[in-house]
Amino acid sequence: MSWFDNWHLPKWFYQMASPKWFFDFGARLQPWFAALALLFIVCGLVWGLLYAPADYQQGNSFRIMYVHVPAAILSQSIFLMMGVTGAIGLIWKMKVAFMVARACTLVGASFTALALITGAIWGKPTWGAYWVWDARLTSTLIMLFLYTGVMALNQAIADRSVAGRATAILAIIGSINIPVIKYSVEWWNTLHQASTFTLTAKPSMPPEMYMPLLFMVLGCYCLCAWLVVQGTRNEILDQERQASWVARYLEDQ
Amino acid sequence: MAMHPKRKKKLILVLAMLAGVGLIVGLVLYALSQNINLFFSPSDIALGKAPYEQRIRAGGMVREGSVERAQDSLQVTFVLTDYAHDIQVNYEGILPDLFREGQGIVAQGKLLASGIFVADEVLAKHDENYMPPEVTAAIDQAHKASVKAEESAQ
Repeated sequence: MSWFDNWHLPKWFYQMASPKWFFDFGARLQPWFAALALLFIVCGLVWGLLYAPADYQQGNSFRIMYVHVPAAILSQSIFLMMGVTGAIGLIWKMKVAFMVARACTLVGASFTALALITGAIWGKPTWGAYWVWDARLTSTLIMLFLYTGVMALNQAIADRSVAGRATAILAIIGSINIPVIKYSVEWWNTLHQASTFTLTAKPSMPPEMYMPLLFMVLGCYCLCAWLVVQGTRNEILDQERQASWVARYLEDQ
Repeated sequence: MAMHPKRKKKLILVLAMLAGVGLIVGLVLYALSQNINLFFSPSDIALGKAPYEQRIRAGGMVREGSVERAQDSLQVTFVLTDYAHDIQVNYEGILPDLFREGQGIVAQGKLLASGIFVADEVLAKHDENYMPPEVTAAIDQAHKASVKAEESAQ
């Protein structure tokens, strides 16, 4: 496998491994994430909830999708992020990667819960039931259990590097659930409808309906980026409290 | 900087673990696919795949013009179809708002030996298409116009 030996990783990949570098770099990124998140979410919500046209079948109740869809997308993206950063931590022994994975858990679990709750609220008036044991709903519930499993494992192991490795394995294996969630509506008969957005076809929704949704998705990505960076920086301060730069930083505050 | 042999080994290990567990999960899901499907389609029922006298779900479209409501009760009968096979459904109760002819639904209940499906719960299934009402009205109008044009041509 010669391509392996000639494989070069970019410089920033190794810079990220330095807690101090990540702490400072994150601090510089955060205001941008915060501003973009606020802009996109406020525009998306106002546009989606007040100005987008009602659906021909569902009327106004379809508007809950402007929260439900971003929450569902983010819950899966964050799980993948947790798996990938966990794998990086395992392979390159990178402390910061484990810290990012740890910061992902609560954010991801919250978005999964939000997706499930908004889905139930949407399900009652449209389907006639809050909950159905179909493949899409069940696999998403399993993802929530995986998140809580990762959180419990993190709490149970006091040694952060051992906890990082243990949860990384759980997160990597749990990532197999992500394609199952995504394709559940195609592989099996489900009550949940298929995806409105696919990479190959035009969205089955007019622009005045999907533009606010796009804004909400982008806004939620920025919000999550802000939350994960903040969580990682807190984790860095906690784990690196012996370092002299942390003492200097805390004195300056 | 070439990749350290130790890291390389770990990377391969992680990928192998992912592939191995992925394969297992894939095979399990494939084996269980009949149980994971939420409902039987009218074709499944016609081909005898669905058990009789057991709680099952049947899903499909409500055939246009097949809905008959009783005058003095909540009893309703309709034909469920996947445009290949049909099955008659009897239901007593309140239907969800989205229930209408041509709409996808999932009914829970029992399949009788006579081939009639007695439902105790009907859920509406909506598709992934969303449209403002004006667009639907315009499409309907265009459809009616084309039907009229066809009729007058004949």
